[in-house]
Amino acid sequence: MALTAGFFYLFAVFSVIAGVMVIVAKNPVHAVLFLVLAFFNAAGLFILLGAEFLAMILIIVYVGAVAVLFLFVVMMLDVDFAELKAGFIKNAPVGLLVGGIVLVELILLFVARGFDLGVAHKLAAAMPAADSGVSNTEALGHILYTKYIYFFEVAGLILLVAMIGAIVLTLQHKIGVRRQSIAAQVARSPKDGVEVVKVPSGGSIIPAPDGQS
Amino acid sequence: MTIGIEHYLTVAASLFTLGMLGIFLNRKNVIIILMSIELMLLAVNINLVAFSHFLGDLVGQVFALLILTVAAAEAAIGLAIVVAYYRNRGSIAVDDVNMMKG
Repeated sequence: MALTAGFFYLFAVFSVIAGVMVIVAKNPVHAVLFLVLAFFNAAGLFILLGAEFLAMILIIVYVGAVAVLFLFVVMMLDVDFAELKAGFIKNAPVGLLVGGIVLVELILLFVARGFDLGVAHKLAAAMPAADSGVSNTEALGHILYTKYIYFFEVAGLILLVAMIGAIVLTLQHKIGVRRQSIAAQVARSPKDGVEVVKVPSGGSIIPAPDGQS
Repeated sequence: MTIGIEHYLTVAASLFTLGMLGIFLNRKNVIIILMSIELMLLAVNINLVAFSHFLGDLVGQVFALLILTVAAAEAAIGLAIVVAYYRNRGSIAVDDVNMMKG
């Protein structure tokens, strides 16, 4: 139990420190790397909570895809980030005040009210018992593909729309590059491509140059 | 000492507040704002998984999975908008995004 508590505090402290560094880092590349650290520590918290599948998805999807996408964009755009940092000090007092109030209120709420988790709730999908041999991934699959199949399909649809949207937003046609026009090719008829010419006997369809006949 | 749900909720609340602060403090930089939104969604996910664990209900993890999907889609679209905007204006300062002001 002490080991679990130790790991909890390790992951919690590091994720919060990484979160602080994300918003105060001067260099946005460092901010992205601290975001990766925050995701890794959150994945550690998920493993402590017994959600191994989500922890792995967090590392694969967030660290592997989203954070790398951020890194690409930060490095691709040639922006003076120091200039964008200008309003930081000016906004800091009000921001810290509001943020501090929100944080204190939330924590007071948790500590003062507490959660009555002991009573029997009506569970939508109970977790498998620890000794049943069913892993977290398997149990999640059992309900995700049956009871929540429509949610799953909507998630796929959202990803499809996001993919098409991102492509449409960033696709640009360079001027001067000759591209294949499939519509023009399909719409071509024999009339446009072939000309039937009556060739007179002994003559030529090539117009004779001047001076000869 | 045992780690209860309050501990996890406190971590999540801290991360959520940090995300909010990031939006307050970096009002000019769209990329940091997007990263702050990712932090807030991560905090929501920690909340959902913590409740899922302490209630013994697996549905919280299904919801966390869906939030992960939406967050990934949001990041992709947001960054695509940033790139398209940078191509048009040569800057990503939020203050300049008032072209559509009536």
